[in-house]
Amino acid sequence: MIDRRSLVAGGLLFGGLALGPHMALAAAGTRQRLVFIILRGAMDGLAAIPPVGDPRLVQLRGALAAPPEALGAPIALSPDFAAHPALSGFAGLFAAGEAAVVHAVASPYRERSHFDAQNVLETGGNAAYALKDGWLNRLLPLLPPAPPPVAISATLPALLQGAAAATSFAPSRLPDAGAGLKARVAALYDGDPLLHRLWSEAMATERLAVSAGAASGPQNAAALATTAARLLADPAGPRIAVLDVGGWDTHAGQAPRLAGQLRQLDAVFAALKAGLGPAWADTLVIAATEFGRTVAANGTGGTDHGTGSAALLAGGRVAGGRMHGDWPGLARLHEDRDLRPTSSLNGLFAGAVAGLYGLDPDLVVRRVFAAAPDRAMAGLIRP
Amino acid sequence: MSSAAIALNRFGLGARPEMTPPADPQAWLRTQIDSFDPRPGLLAGLPGGAAMTVQYRENLARLRRAGIGGLPRRPGDPEPLQGKAAETAAAEYQQQRRQAFRQAYGAQVQARLALAISGPTPFAERLVHFWANHFAISIDKLATATMGGPLEFEAIRPNIAGRFADLLLAVVRHPGMLFYLDQAQSIGPNSLIAQAARRRAAPRQPGLNENLAREILELHTLGAGHYTQADVQGLARALTGWSVGGFVRRPIGLPAPDGAFVFQPNWHEPGAVTVAGTRYAQDGADQAEAILRDLAVHPQTAQRVAGKIAQHFVADVPPPALVARLADVWRSSGGDLPALYRALIAAPEAWAQPLAKFKTPWDWTVSVARALPKADRPDPRLVLMLNELGQPVWRPGSPAGWPDDAARWAAPDALVRRVEVASRMAQLGGGIDPRALAQRLLPGTLSARTASAIARAESPAEGLALLFVAPEFLRR
Repeated sequence: MIDRRSLVAGGLLFGGLALGPHMALAAAGTRQRLVFIILRGAMDGLAAIPPVGDPRLVQLRGALAAPPEALGAPIALSPDFAAHPALSGFAGLFAAGEAAVVHAVASPYRERSHFDAQNVLETGGNAAYALKDGWLNRLLPLLPPAPPPVAISATLPALLQGAAAATSFAPSRLPDAGAGLKARVAALYDGDPLLHRLWSEAMATERLAVSAGAASGPQNAAALATTAARLLADPAGPRIAVLDVGGWDTHAGQAPRLAGQLRQLDAVFAALKAGLGPAWADTLVIAATEFGRTVAANGTGGTDHGTGSAALLAGGRVAGGRMHGDWPGLARLHEDRDLRPTSSLNGLFAGAVAGLYGLDPDLVVRRVFAAAPDRAMAGLIRP
Repeated sequence: MSSAAIALNRFGLGARPEMTPPADPQAWLRTQIDSFDPRPGLLAGLPGGAAMTVQYRENLARLRRAGIGGLPRRPGDPEPLQGKAAETAAAEYQQQRRQAFRQAYGAQVQARLALAISGPTPFAERLVHFWANHFAISIDKLATATMGGPLEFEAIRPNIAGRFADLLLAVVRHPGMLFYLDQAQSIGPNSLIAQAARRRAAPRQPGLNENLAREILELHTLGAGHYTQADVQGLARALTGWSVGGFVRRPIGLPAPDGAFVFQPNWHEPGAVTVAGTRYAQDGADQAEAILRDLAVHPQTAQRVAGKIAQHFVADVPPPALVARLADVWRSSGGDLPALYRALIAAPEAWAQPLAKFKTPWDWTVSVARALPKADRPDPRLVLMLNELGQPVWRPGSPAGWPDDAARWAAPDALVRRVEVASRMAQLGGGIDPRALAQRLLPGTLSARTASAIARAESPAEGLALLFVAPEFLRR
């Protein structure tokens, strides 16, 4: 449920624009930026960030254990892990201490439905559809006031739904309505408080995005990431953005498809860094997926739905250049088929946001992840 | 005048320009329940749940034989394809399946739109949509991809003017619901089949699935907070054996036609169960049927569903006195739906305030289409527009269905989408004079500001677009 009564947040958006981009709205507490990337479709963490020199990987995956030769060799991140060659930009960030990986992580969900698992990831709950609001929405009252978080998508994802205000922005696939009509619509809503407010917010977001150089029409993920980054970079803009990157469900033909997906994700990280500019130093990016994939390959050059996967972190605030979490190895698998998860996504999220915003991690767990609490992961954020 | 507008736009699906506003709005609504046709000719040609069950079964068999998707293999299956051949087969299969889906889904949505736009009983059609949302499935599963239409046309339409118990039973027995909530293969832990599997030490033990039982208790009847986990288990055990004909290998007992409800005695969990404080010791399928019939007339079900229907027809926060009266009618009539509808129509609260509800994307799109000149068939682009507006038909993504309040649908970006769609649809208006149309569609609710904005538009098409996004048209 989107509650639009958060006047402070709405006011900041317009107030900032009226006063100009250099007005000091960036008081302490509103410098941090958070970008959450929902990787929809179950990203194969074992292929994105493979363990180095584990014979079981080759045994179980056969040809899929290594990326196609034409793409180059995996890029070493640490003595025990490497990155898929398509993640070359991310590997560079890792080497520069601006990216990290949490491996063998999963939500409490243990079945195989994408939609149900995504719901658990987004609501931070114990079971699908147990909670009606997203964990990121529940976090908002703990943060300093700021313009509402924005999802770069057509509708508000469950992650941002709830009592606190949040908004969505997406270039539409419909032809633009035209400036003339839009101006008349504004006049039409003069006497209707609800519609007037919604329309003003929509036009303000649109102006912000257009002035930030956002193109219209269908766009790829990197272009949407640029839009998000520019919205976040603006001192009068939102402080939290949510992006969707789908297409990870590689049941067949994984080798070429995953390479393309990882290239796209790599471009998203690069676009965020470029678009945020100096604000990158105060940013945390979290990319997480609803579950991983089977260790063994299936009969169609792909993998099926699994359990543990990897989450990717980036940004100036990350305690980077490190592998976080607790690698269980591939000797003992979950249900004899999947990477065994040793950390929980909720623990990761709690630790990350507590570190980013300087909150007490236990408080975050109690208030945001009460339905499926887990110890907040320490050490993810640079002090 | 505004009670005519309420009858046409809030109870109905939107005024049509050639209709004269009803002189007796309440009578106009009541007669529609009597004259409603659940099986109009328009639906006769559409493949139903039976055909879709067969298609699903064949899809699964293809997947299994080709070794795609991790399905357990059966003796007699050919060797699974490998490497390139497997990838090609998988890609081909996906393409064919997508095409078949687009065709079937497209035809079903077109039929729903045609009935909504041109059918003679719009109030009854709205009730069909309401119940289809109350008993929502979502078509984003392989098993239910083409079951949206069949569930609505076969289980809901024929039962909106009887007792709630019969509607509930028809829905629970439909393959769309049985597949969506994983009931079709729920097996009792002490059933004959489970015992045999244990004796054989079979690698995969069949199991109990609680999904359908939980959603019946939480979403269809009593509601959250009014049942316990023990109730879920009891109902789930009673429901074991409720399955879909033509879907199970080696069915025991009387064979059932494809897609028809079948009860598998060997899957049924023996023994009595207790649900919502009552003990049920019936045999076989009678056990769950008895539970469902009792749930259908339970006072809490009456309260909850009365609240939902009042929310849909009167206000986002319905007046408690109205909900209480509707629940009373439910209880004293044993869940008789026409009695409920009559009480709703007669309620003064329902006529007190026009424009109390913000239209959902479906409501709004249908009302726009109704306002335009009649066409032979609904514009095929309407399906895409509904997707863009955020309410793809039969795809709410969860069994809770679509929310029914403004907070969900009245959002900045959503409003921009409506303006874009209105601008597009207005091109289909031909030479209509939007000022006259506004008067006809919004008797008694058209404001001076809107009328003047329409009059000052730079073209009839622009005026029409403004009419469609006017505050009085965005609400009902």
